Amino acid sequence: MAKLELKYGNHACAEAAIIAGCRFYAGYPITPSSEIAEKMAELLPKYGGVFIQMEDEIAAMGATVGGSFAGLKSMTATSGPGFSLKQENLGYAFMVEAPCVVVNVQRGGPSTGLPTQPGQQEIMQSLWGTHGDKLIPVFYPGNVQEIMEETIRAFNWAERLRTPVVLLLDEVLGHMRETVDMEQFASDKVEIWDRKMPDVPPEEYLPYKPGEDDVPAIAPYGTPGYRGHATGLHHDYTGFPTTDPETCQELIDRLIRKVKNRQPELEKNEEYKLDDAEIAIVTFGTTARAAKTAVDLAREKGIKVGLLRVITIWPSPEETLNKLAKSVKAILVPELNMGQYVLEVERCAKGEAPVYRLNRANGKIIYPHEILAKIEEIAKGGK
Amino acid sequence: MSTPNIPMEKIIEKKPYFKYLRLNKMPTIWCPGCGIGQAFRATCMALDELGIPNDKVAMVSGIGCSSRTPGYFDGFTLHTTHGRAPTFATGLKLARPELTTIVFTGDGDALAIGGNHFIHAARRNIDLTVVLINNWIYGMTGGQVSPTTPTGSYATTTPYGNYEPQFDIAKLAIAAGATYVARGTAYHAMELKKLIMDGIKHKGFSLIEVLSPCTIVYGRKNRMSIEEMYFWFKENTIPVKAWEKLPEEKRAGKIPRGVLYHDDSRPEYTELYWNKVKELSGGEK
Repeated sequence: MAKLELKYGNHACAEAAIIAGCRFYAGYPITPSSEIAEKMAELLPKYGGVFIQMEDEIAAMGATVGGSFAGLKSMTATSGPGFSLKQENLGYAFMVEAPCVVVNVQRGGPSTGLPTQPGQQEIMQSLWGTHGDKLIPVFYPGNVQEIMEETIRAFNWAERLRTPVVLLLDEVLGHMRETVDMEQFASDKVEIWDRKMPDVPPEEYLPYKPGEDDVPAIAPYGTPGYRGHATGLHHDYTGFPTTDPETCQELIDRLIRKVKNRQPELEKNEEYKLDDAEIAIVTFGTTARAAKTAVDLAREKGIKVGLLRVITIWPSPEETLNKLAKSVKAILVPELNMGQYVLEVERCAKGEAPVYRLNRANGKIIYPHEILAKIEEIAKGGK
Repeated sequence: MSTPNIPMEKIIEKKPYFKYLRLNKMPTIWCPGCGIGQAFRATCMALDELGIPNDKVAMVSGIGCSSRTPGYFDGFTLHTTHGRAPTFATGLKLARPELTTIVFTGDGDALAIGGNHFIHAARRNIDLTVVLINNWIYGMTGGQVSPTTPTGSYATTTPYGNYEPQFDIAKLAIAAGATYVARGTAYHAMELKKLIMDGIKHKGFSLIEVLSPCTIVYGRKNRMSIEEMYFWFKENTIPVKAWEKLPEEKRAGKIPRGVLYHDDSRPEYTELYWNKVKELSGGEK
C-alpha cells in the first residue's frame, strides 16, 4: 500500500536524514537551502539529536566534523557561496575520513549570483573545490521522492566509506512540492548502514589502519581505551603527522581508491528510451526533467532520442558513458552552467561520438522545447 | 631520538602527569626555550590534579606551533584547520558533553583567521577550556606580524616596526561573553597550572591566555635572548590584585595576570541544549 504524502523538497531532505540516522546538524542560513536547517532545528531535539546554527559556513562544516568524530551521523546544508566557504573543512573531512553529508542546494553564481533562482554551477566545485587531490562521491536526485532516497543513500555511503558525501540539489528541487510514497521509507524497508567499529583491543588499535576495503575503523571519540589522533596533515596509521614520501603517497592512493573501487556499486543512473536512440541526452537534476519531456517531443517527430539521467555524478560512470557514446551518433549535454559536466562526458566518450552542449547560467531553467530545438539541429547534422 | 629506556611505570610514579603524554611521539617539534611546553605541562598537571582520566579528555587545535600540542596528548585529539578549532570543539562537545574539551591555540590562530569562531564560542558560553599561547608572532610560518604583536616590534612582515595596535585577548573574551578569563605566563609555571585547573573546573567558556616567549623567531627579530624574554615576563607582569591597587600612571607597560574575570551565574550551553532535548524527546538522547 502506498502511503502518499505531499512534501516540500528541502523538508524531504531533512526528514530523510532523520530516517538515515542523522543526529547532528550544524548549519548557517543561506537561500535556497535554509528550509533544511529550519526543519532540522524542529526535528533533531525531538529525536535526541543536536542542532546548532553556527556563526558562519566554515564553522558549520567544522562542527559537522566534530559531531561526526563524536560518533553521530552528521550533516550540513548550504548553497553556492556557502559551499565555497565550506571547501576548506570539506577537504579536512576527506583527509581525516570523517563521515558526513554536505547538501548543496545550488543557485545561480558565481559570487552571490542569483540567490532565489536555480543553477547547476557547482558540478566541478564538488569534485575539484577543495585544494589537493581527492574523490568525494556526489549524488544528484531528480525529484522529491528521490531527494529522500538519495539523502539516505548519501548517509549510508558516507558511513560505509568513512568519507564526506555531497548531495547536490538545485533551487527548483529544493523548493518544489511533490508526492512521495512514504511506505518506501518505513523502518523495516529502509536499509541503513553504520560505520565500522574497531574489532581489536585498545592496545592494538590504530585509528588509520585500513581494512581490506581500504576503510579504517575508527571508534567514536569518547570510547574508553580507543583514543586517537586526527590531523589534516599527511599521517601514518597512528594518525600522527609524517612527511615520509611513501606513507604520504600511500595515504592519498588509498583515500581515492576506497571511493574509486566502489564505483560499480556507487553508480546509479536512469535510462529513458535509450535502447534504439541515435541521439542521447546526458544530464541530471532539474534539467533532466525537461530533457525527459524533450525526448518524448522528439520521438513524436520521429527523432530517435533517449536520456541518460546521471544520479551518481561522481565518481563518473565512465564505462557507461563510453558504451553510450559507441551506440549513438551524438550526445547532448544540457546543463544550467556554462559547460561543466560536459567535460566529463567528453572525457568518457573518448571521441566515439560528437558531444554537443546546451548551456545557460541566467537563473532560468532550460525548457523542453529548447532542448528539442537543439536536438532537431543535431539531427539535421548542424551544431 | 629514541624513547628513553626507562619503564613507563617508573616515570609515571615520579611524574604522574606523564600518563597524558604520547611519549613515543617525542621529542616535540618545539624550539629550545619555547613556552608551549610549559603550558602543555601545566595542562597535563592540571588534569592530573583534577583526576580526569585520559579517556575523558578531548583536545582540539587549529594550525600553528601551539596547535601541534594534541599530537603529544594521549586522549581524543583533533588537529584541525587554521583558526577553526573552536568550531570542531563545539561540535564534539555538544555531541559528547561528558568529555572535558580543551582547545589549544595560538594568537594568530585564535584571533586573526579564527577571531569569529573565538568570540562566538565565548558568546555561547559552551564548556570549552581554551589555552591560548600568546607569543606575539606567527612562529611556524617564520615570524610574521600577528594581531598581538606589540606596537613597534619587528616581524618579517613589519621590517620597519609594527604600526598596528595589539589585541587585548582577555578584554575581548570578556566582552564576547566568556565566563572565566585568566592570564598566566610561561615563566610562572605553577601559577599557570592553577589557572588552567580552575578553567577546566569552571562550567562554561574558559580562556587562559598564556604569555609565552617565541625565543627563536620573535626573540631574534627583536634582539632578545631566551633569558631576557623569560625575565621580561617576570618583570612586567603583576598579580591582578596588586595591579588593581596600582595608580594609573604606574600601570603603563605592566600586564596584570591571574584570574581577570569569573562569572558562575550564566548557564552553560551544552547543559541548556540537552535539558531542552530531554524536555522535547521525553527522555534520554
